[in-house]
Amino acid sequence: MSASIMTWPVLSVVTFLPLVGAALVYLSRGDDDAARGNARWIALWTTLITFAVSLILVARFDAADPGFQFVEKAPWLGATITYHMGVDGISLPFVILTTALMPFCILASWKSVTMRVREYMMAFLVLETLMIGTFSALDLVLFYLFFEGGLIPMFLIIGVWGGPRRVYASFKFFLYTLLGSVLMLLAIMALYWTAGTTDIPTLMHTAVPRNLQTWAWLAFFASFAVKMPMWPVHTWLPDAHVEAPTAGSVVLAAIMLKMGGYGFLRFSLPMFPDASVYFTPLIYSLSVIAIVYTSLVALMQEDIKKLIAYSSVAHMGFVTMGIFAGNTQGVAGSVFQMISHGIVSGALFLCVGVIYDRLHTREIAAYGGLVNRMPIYAFVFLVFTMANVGLPGTSGFVGEFLTLLGTFRVNIPTATFATLGVILSAAYALWLYRKVVFGALTKPSLATIKDLTWREGIILAPLVVLTILFGFYPKPVLDMSAASVQQLVNQYAAAVTAVKAAALP
Amino acid sequence: MNFETAGYSLQPILPELVLVIGAMLLLMLGAYRGQRTTGLVTTLAVVLLVATGALVLMLPAGKLVTFGGSFIVDDFARFLKVLALIGSAVTLVLSAEIMANPTRRMFEYSILVLLSSAGMMLLISAGDLIMLYLGLELMSLALYVVAASNREDAKSNEAGMKYFILGALSSGMLLYGASLIYGFTGTVQFAGIAAAAKDGNIGLVFGLVFLLAGLCFKVSAVPFHMWTPDVYEGAPTPVTAFFASAPKVAGLAIFTRVTLTAFPGIVPQWQQIVVFVAIASMALGSFAAIGQKNIKRLMAYSAIGHIGFALVGLSAGTVEGAQGVIVYISIYVAMTLGAFSVILAMRRNGLHVENISDFAGLSRTNPLLAFFFAMLLFSMAGIPPLAGFFAKFYVFMAAIKAGLFALAVIGVVTSVVGAYYYLAIIKVMYFDEPAPGIDRVRLELRGVLAIAGLFNMLFFIYPAPLVNAATAAAKSLF
Repeated sequence: MSASIMTWPVLSVVTFLPLVGAALVYLSRGDDDAARGNARWIALWTTLITFAVSLILVARFDAADPGFQFVEKAPWLGATITYHMGVDGISLPFVILTTALMPFCILASWKSVTMRVREYMMAFLVLETLMIGTFSALDLVLFYLFFEGGLIPMFLIIGVWGGPRRVYASFKFFLYTLLGSVLMLLAIMALYWTAGTTDIPTLMHTAVPRNLQTWAWLAFFASFAVKMPMWPVHTWLPDAHVEAPTAGSVVLAAIMLKMGGYGFLRFSLPMFPDASVYFTPLIYSLSVIAIVYTSLVALMQEDIKKLIAYSSVAHMGFVTMGIFAGNTQGVAGSVFQMISHGIVSGALFLCVGVIYDRLHTREIAAYGGLVNRMPIYAFVFLVFTMANVGLPGTSGFVGEFLTLLGTFRVNIPTATFATLGVILSAAYALWLYRKVVFGALTKPSLATIKDLTWREGIILAPLVVLTILFGFYPKPVLDMSAASVQQLVNQYAAAVTAVKAAALP
Repeated sequence: MNFETAGYSLQPILPELVLVIGAMLLLMLGAYRGQRTTGLVTTLAVVLLVATGALVLMLPAGKLVTFGGSFIVDDFARFLKVLALIGSAVTLVLSAEIMANPTRRMFEYSILVLLSSAGMMLLISAGDLIMLYLGLELMSLALYVVAASNREDAKSNEAGMKYFILGALSSGMLLYGASLIYGFTGTVQFAGIAAAAKDGNIGLVFGLVFLLAGLCFKVSAVPFHMWTPDVYEGAPTPVTAFFASAPKVAGLAIFTRVTLTAFPGIVPQWQQIVVFVAIASMALGSFAAIGQKNIKRLMAYSAIGHIGFALVGLSAGTVEGAQGVIVYISIYVAMTLGAFSVILAMRRNGLHVENISDFAGLSRTNPLLAFFFAMLLFSMAGIPPLAGFFAKFYVFMAAIKAGLFALAVIGVVTSVVGAYYYLAIIKVMYFDEPAPGIDRVRLELRGVLAIAGLFNMLFFIYPAPLVNAATAAAKSLF
């Protein structure tokens, strides 16, 4: 990385550009229609420009280099805790996912949010900064700052613009996540006093004492398992998803859940390899329970968003399983599965938002026969339902297949049970699709329902294209992360071998 | 006796002298010219506090000792004196509104705040048990009176009475402890006690327990916290803001100085006391606040909890711990003053409203006020990137380094419980339907809120000055 291409801190610009947008929205005073329109347009342009700038990251990214790129470092809290930013092949896809989805979130709220529009847009823009920061922070304290800071805007988004049980959902979301995270904070401090730094690249190459590894792993697990969410600490997710406004659900499902998986990849495996091996059976068990149990729970849901929320928990089970399989297929598959799930679940929530805006109910029973009046919608929804099922040819298949393949190599029973989840996901997703879209259109409330507007079409079309493109041609994502994943897997394998060798007399 | 001039120099105590003489002059002004000078006295009192703070900073660098070691000015004292003076000055600014009210005019209020501040400064600089007691009583006597300063209000009288009786009891305990310590070590000077207290003599530990009990009362730490909610609720709101800020600084300062400089040889003995007090305060502060309906009572429990968190740092007994305490109390003062400026701004038709339900829908009737208050509450809950997070960060860092893992885990878990009641206020402001709007917020309240709020929100960008100053202050104790 030569100095010439690093003339401006592109990563920091991407991270803090939305904050500038939020400031501009704040400055656009007034609460009349014109002011609301201004707030919407400023937010849209900010997210679009941020996305455009983030594409510079992609263009300049050297996929062959497994290390961190676009590194920026500045003193912050004393000499040892620094403002250290950078991305590698594992974090860059998440940064792009975030910047790419935010314009859709703004567009999805264009008509449905009419109350306190300025505050809404500001909350989303602040949230975008915090999410990008989470994925690009290279210092544990900085990471924690971004990771936890996201709670504040999300709490307000659910609580102010949410559904009828928004207060309960927002409190549950906030307190659950906070409880997990504060334990991680203590572990970060313990690491600091052991290694003398909270610098992530340094810690990745520091041998943490075995005893501390166990406790630190558990503390990080507490945070990421809640965020992910893994069974049995997933119960905040259905509530938060159901009550959040459409764009809030999209951000939660598509991006914030990925912070858990990202955390496992970035911290648990490289920093605590011994503990990771030790706890792998626990992760396998919880993952399989999540996949099978939450799929069964999804079958019983009467609320569309709740069903998708439970299916998210199940899909995240594949991710945790793949990560802790610890081989190339598993880890690469997990990264891909997270990106794919980000697109697909985000799109599914957008699809729910489309019909929710028309009928203001999410009851599955309130719909039926939509295909008669909304053929384009039926097609779009079908694509994402199939991707959710993991049909070959959609992006959902690639991730699930790779994680299952990786797990199969190291643990056949786990992979076998997890495969049941694929069947179950077909059951609930197709059941949902049949109930909502097929059948006769008999309900009077649906008699005048309109198909997708041009705005909704613009939102959903790129996601349809991406879902199918990545299904047939997953190479861009896999290539971007390949070198970093390989390095991670090699390091992990080396650490595990070293422990095994030391354990022998 | 050999009275060396160097040992009895008046220079280190110059700021205190200026403050006390200035307070006397203002008292004369008020006494001879009557209540119509109230506004002038208040303004001059603020100027006097600022001048005193400037004098503290202008003292020669390094450790200054006078009165044969009874009075110490080190970086620790400088830092906390300035902080306490800021707290006093800002509370006087906040109370300008009440003082402007013709029916309530009382110039003595400002004088009492000045005298109390002088007591705090003596307390912060105390180098022996006599100075500690003098400072403590000078501070407290003024506080008892200001608590009851609203003569027409039975609640205010009750608050002053309760505070006085319980305060006298705690002073008695403190004196008893001090006499035991003197009896077993033969000296009242902290340095002398430290030299004599190398081994954990049971009589000395007994004295230490009583001494700490008295100090716990002053900082309102559990189990000596009972007065706090009643006094906070009963006292006029600006007075409550005062109670919550400057005296807490002084109390924690002397708590830290006594434990770290007089008893460094018997850390395990006092550590278990402080650990217990910290856990009990954090837990009670978090749980008891949940059911509160009155914002001032809630702030009382919140203060108890915050003192518990600050004591987590002290219980480490290390430089990092002392630094954590100093950072914590600094940020706490900023958050508290900001929060009280919001509480003081809550007036409908000229009357103060104090119920949490009165904040309903504030985000729509007064968005900026609600936003700043919400950020202060998130900060008190310890959510990054706000200043309150860094306060907790440093105390828990110290606890982890000292190996106090159980304390740290209990501490962070109670902070999650505490987050609940802060969120509950934010919920009322942001999620509930609006109550009738509030009166126009006075300029000085807006100013204080803006400064406290911006400090709180932007601290994370450049935390180095405060943290470095706190480190220097902490190092001067060792």
